[in-house]
Parts: sequence; C-alpha cells; structure tokens
Amino acid sequence: MAKLLPVILLTICAASAQKYHVGRAATAADIKSTDQFIAPDGTGLPPGKGTAADGRDIYERRCARCHGKQGQGDEEGPLAGGKGTLSTAKPLKTVGSFWPYATTIYDYVHRAMPFDNPGLLDANQTYAVTALILHLNGIIGEKDEMNAQTLPKVKMPNRDGFVKDTRPDTGKKKK
Amino acid sequence: MPKNPRRSFLQLSGIAALAGCGAQPGAKTEEEKLPSELGKPIRAYGERSQFETAKRAVPDLKRPQIGSTRTPLAETEGIITPSSLHFERHHAGVPELDPAKHTLLLHGLVDRPLVFTVADLKRLPSASHIYFVECAGNSGGEWKAPGGANAAASFGLASCSEWTGVPLKILLEEAGLKKEGKWLVAEGADACKMSRSLPIDKALDDCLVAYAQNGEAIRPEQGYPLRLVVPGYEGNVNVKWLRQIKVVDQPNQTKDETSKYTDLLADGTSRQFTFVMDAKSVITYPSGGQKLTGPGFQEIRGLAWSGRGVIDRVDVSTDGGKTWQKAALQEPRLPKAFTRFRLPWHWDGKETEIVARAVDSSGYTQPGRDELTAARGMNSAYHYNGVKVWKIAADGSVKNG
Repeated sequence: MAKLLPVILLTICAASAQKYHVGRAATAADIKSTDQFIAPDGTGLPPGKGTAADGRDIYERRCARCHGKQGQGDEEGPLAGGKGTLSTAKPLKTVGSFWPYATTIYDYVHRAMPFDNPGLLDANQTYAVTALILHLNGIIGEKDEMNAQTLPKVKMPNRDGFVKDTRPDTGKKKK
Repeated sequence: MPKNPRRSFLQLSGIAALAGCGAQPGAKTEEEKLPSELGKPIRAYGERSQFETAKRAVPDLKRPQIGSTRTPLAETEGIITPSSLHFERHHAGVPELDPAKHTLLLHGLVDRPLVFTVADLKRLPSASHIYFVECAGNSGGEWKAPGGANAAASFGLASCSEWTGVPLKILLEEAGLKKEGKWLVAEGADACKMSRSLPIDKALDDCLVAYAQNGEAIRPEQGYPLRLVVPGYEGNVNVKWLRQIKVVDQPNQTKDETSKYTDLLADGTSRQFTFVMDAKSVITYPSGGQKLTGPGFQEIRGLAWSGRGVIDRVDVSTDGGKTWQKAALQEPRLPKAFTRFRLPWHWDGKETEIVARAVDSSGYTQPGRDELTAARGMNSAYHYNGVKVWKIAADGSVKNG
C-alpha cells in the first residue's frame, strides 16, 4: 500500500494537469474586465447603492419609453403587475409576478439595458433602477436602499414558483 | 419561365438525348450540339442559381435586432440546413467580431483560468458532428390552436448543421475543473451579453465550442467566430458569439433562464431548466401553402428529430390518424440530428388530412396537441412538440389542419 500511494497521488495530479498547454493564463485583470455575473446569493454585486426614489429620474429618461412610466409596459412588455395571474387563462409574467430572484434584475439591467446602449448605467444607477422596479411591484418601499447586502435578501413573490423538469410527461408508447 | 428560353431549350434537348429519345444521331443542328454562348467564368465564392428563391421570411419589426427568422423547412432537402437558411433568434443584433481579436475566457471554479484565442482553439483536438438546433419557442403558437400556415411558420425555428469545434470537455480539463464546479454560465459577446447556465455533466458530455458550420466558418448570425453547441438542448443555451465560460456552484438565474425559457404550467408553477428538446416531426411535402398538381403518385417527405437520441420510427397517416404506416428513414440516423423520412403515396384526389408522428430511441412517441395541453395547460409557451396535421383539399391545396 505504501508503495502504491505515490502512484495514486501522481494519477490524481495528472488528472488535473494541463495536457495541451494551449491558451494563456488568465490574469486577474482579464477576469475583472469580463466577469459581470451576479449570482443569486449576491456574489459579484459591486459596491454602490440606490433607492427607488433615486432611480426615478434615470428610469424616466432611459427606461419609461419602452416599459411605461409605472412599469406597465408600452413598446415592450410590462415590468410590474400581474400578481395572482399565473394560474389564470391570461397570465401576466412580470418581474413582480414571475421573476424568482431580485439579483437577476441587477444582472440583466447592468448587462443588457437600455436596449440601445447596454452597459450605460453605473453601479449606483443600476441599484437605483433595480430598486424602482421592485418598488413599482410593491416589493420594497420607495426609500429602501438596495446594495450588495440588501438586494440578495429581497424575497421575490414567485420565488417558490419554479419546479424541476419532470418530462417526459407525454409521449408514452403507443401500440 | 427561365430568362433565356433558348438555353432552356438546349438543356431540355440535352435531357431528351440522354433519355434516348432525342433526334437521330447526325440529325442535330450545330446549334443543338454546342452551347451558343460561353458560361460564366470561375469565381472565388459560390452563389446559388438565380432561379432559386428559398429564403427566411423577415418579419417587419420595430427593432429588427431582437427577433427571429425561420428556416423554410419545406424548401430544404436531406438533413443539412444551408447555413444561409439556418433560423435566427437574436436578442440584441448580430455583432461583428474580428476573430483575430476575439477570445474565450474560461474561469471560475477551475485550477487554471485560461484565455483562448480562436487560433488557440483551432490547434486543439477537434470533432465534427451533425446536430439540430431548435429554439425552445419553436411551434409555440400551436399551444393556443394549430396556427402555423406552413412548415416554416409552425416548425421553422429548427435547423440542422454539421458543427466543428473543440469538445468543451477538453477545455474544462485543460483548466482543471474543481469538484465544487456543478454548473457553468456561458456568455455571448452580443450587445446584451446573453447568458445561460448549464449543468456541468452536460458540459462534460457532448458539448462543443464550435468555430465551423457546414464546412466553413460559422455564419455571423449563428455566432461567428465561436458558438457553444449543446446537442439536443434548447437553442438558447447554444450561446452564440461565445466569449466567456465561468464554472460555478449554482445556476446564475439569468434573465433568459427565469423570466424566459421557463414553462408555465396550469397550476401557476413553472418548470425551470427544461433543456431537452423532445421528439418532433413535421411533414414538409405536402405541407401548408403548397398545392398538389393532381391525383396520383406523391412522395410524402418530412423531418424528424429528438434531443433524447436517435429517431427510431416515423409513422405517417394519410387518413387523418385512422391508420398509420411506417415511413422509410434515410440513413444515417444520427443522435440529436434531423432524420429525413419518406413515404410513397397515391393521392386519390379526395380531401384528406396527413400527419406524421416520431418515435425516438428512448421510446418516446411524439404526442398530439390534446396530450400536451392536458399535461401542461395552455400557457407553457415553450417546448411544444405536438404532431402537425396538414389538410389537403380536393383541389390539391394544402392548409394548416
């Protein structure tokens, strides 16, 4: 056994070793400039803060044209409303009625909005717009501050509304 | 009518000669024997014949950077979709990426975060496989009612290509996957940085970081220069313009895996991470919008595919589902790829309904619409894979059934 141990260790090390040595090591700067993922536990959220009140101005200038002044939707779908509609004949899926995680709002607004100029909003503006969208849905108060600590703690109304894929739920063998 | 009637006549007479029923040898005029004018010269990059018109219908959208075009399935043959006709679904337009500058960052829960150039990836061991890509929203309009007027409108958010690239497993092993790494999140370089999470088991199974499609570089609208190809999974996770893969311990809950691409059930809950595309088939001839010229022989043709494996059988009914016949399946039948099926048919000129249903190697049989809505309600939006009925009228016109 004692003789075997070095062989086993060598095998484990080999499993994790680079085989082709193609590509270069990523630097901390490479990762910092590229990685903007915000995980549902808040990992990746930057310093900064904002309230719904803070977000009103930027929202009206950059978001309301498509999403409506109160998030009711206009050229694009609504961000607010739809509470209690998911099991009805006409479900209205909005951030408030449907989205399971508040962190997704920050992630998406920061990476993809406004549509014609994504990445425009800085961290404070993104927190503020996120807070406003949550406020328009009655989930937080107008002066509740959203930051890296508070945002992941916001419990979205439909947080428990998602289930695993249990397919195949159709397609049983026919004769 | 071709633009050059004389050339057309020459072609016809050539065919007649080949068939052995042309004029007697020696009886041809000089004009019949030789083309009277030279053809076009050699050229650097081919184009299709001026007489061919198959295209993706482009809807009139206020923001054409966010939308889709559909493959005209009824105007394709075999199992490979021409790259120029592969369906499109973009969320923020098609970026113009210089392959000399584009890189792929692989990081997160790995021993060695790495940056690959496109040239680096092309040095690594490569693989080529034929796989379909199908948008989860394909046939979504059929949930409310059988709606699509033709095969493209009903089923055209599906296409099939030969993809060439590096198995993702090789890249993950090169970076040294940590055992806490259970998911990865992949991101594109489009303006919205579209991103999706994917379980690590699938990443280590059959995914490719592809740089080629159908023998040439991936088309810009399909992800040039790099696309993540996730065989059998919904199109949206086949992230185009791939620029970053981060290995993580939990799904990132991105916008496109929460607010979109989740399947609402009748009870108000929604299935999440419904990746696999279930077995599906559609008859492409005769199909909606076409017209049969008259009674007599017709070859029924269509396409079948499954994200769970190989197509084992396609049954076709020409009497509205009363009786079924086994269609011939064109070999090779490949997993997670289109399979072409065919059935010789003698149309008696009477009104009828035709329909196909696919059975895959997992034993799954393509359901009818009632079976799907009974299981999931009316508002699931995604993953509709019900059989498609085409109605043939006595005048030969084919309509959505």
